[in-house]
Amino acid sequence: MSISRRLADLFRIKANKALDRAEDPREVLDYSYERQLEMLTKVRRGVADVATSRKRLDLQLAQLQQAADRLQGQAAEAVDMGRDDLAREALTRRAAVATQMGEIGAQRDALTGEEAKLTTAATRLQARVEAFRTRKETIKATYTAAEAQSRVGEAVSGISEEMGDVGMAVQRAEDRTAQMQARAGAIDELLTSGALQDATATTAGRDDLQAALDAARGDQGVDRELAALKAGRSVPAVGSGPQPRAVEAGPSDEEARR
Amino acid sequence: MIIRILGEGQYRVPESALVELNELDAAVQTAVDTGDRAAFHDRLGDLLAAVRARGTGVPDDELTASGLVLPAPDSDLADVAALLGDEGLIPG
Repeated sequence: MSISRRLADLFRIKANKALDRAEDPREVLDYSYERQLEMLTKVRRGVADVATSRKRLDLQLAQLQQAADRLQGQAAEAVDMGRDDLAREALTRRAAVATQMGEIGAQRDALTGEEAKLTTAATRLQARVEAFRTRKETIKATYTAAEAQSRVGEAVSGISEEMGDVGMAVQRAEDRTAQMQARAGAIDELLTSGALQDATATTAGRDDLQAALDAARGDQGVDRELAALKAGRSVPAVGSGPQPRAVEAGPSDEEARR
Repeated sequence: MIIRILGEGQYRVPESALVELNELDAAVQTAVDTGDRAAFHDRLGDLLAAVRARGTGVPDDELTASGLVLPAPDSDLADVAALLGDEGLIPG
């Protein structure tokens, strides 16, 4: 027998088991309906969880993009100063950031797909639960022992299959989200304490690369002043020389301070 | 006949399409039997595409059990084995 028939049978057996257990088939209607409401809650929570995880990845992507831009700027600055070694270091780090971005981007896309599927599943289940509720009330109102078994069975097996399908979809989304969260946690750690941290630190002082760049710029400034002294010219006033944070604090700041 | 694609929903497929679908289904089965993962993926894709092309979606407020249930497009052989081997995987 083909797997598609065997799968259909599995769902049917599952539905029939519930029916066989009940003394009165009408009990199954209420029991099944309760399960349906639980499943609706579960699938909606699943949608929310996936959305939360996806947003976390969006945030990380933005942070990594910032890191990449900053490293790009540092590489350009290093080249201007003739420090190819620092430029190379910056570009190497930038490549690592780009790799992370590629992986996280792919995960984000996968989660977006899960989110869309689950949202559709939730809408469909909602409509079917509503249809089931209507049918349940009709069956109960017109109930006769003779027709009960088949009518209840029809309604229950229809919805039971939907529940099984949606249940698996939720499970799958939860698995994916869990995997993703483990990974996102690792990236967060990287961003706050590891190799990428230096590149993304915007408030907590300069990173090692920036420090090296600043030091190089300082040396150049001293060389220039020395050359000026030797040439018998006056040394430029303090404050108009190179600034350690020249990347952020442009000349306009200097003008404003005077 | 009503056919469900897991994770996607149910389709009502006319009798006239069943011969073609049975052939495609048999090809999927062969891939499962021989444990050919690549072939399974491709043949399942063919079968699902045919169901979508020949069938029409069952309305959301209709409660019907399916005659055939097909694995989701991105399933692999291990997923299917797990589905068939352990009933506990199908909740509800």
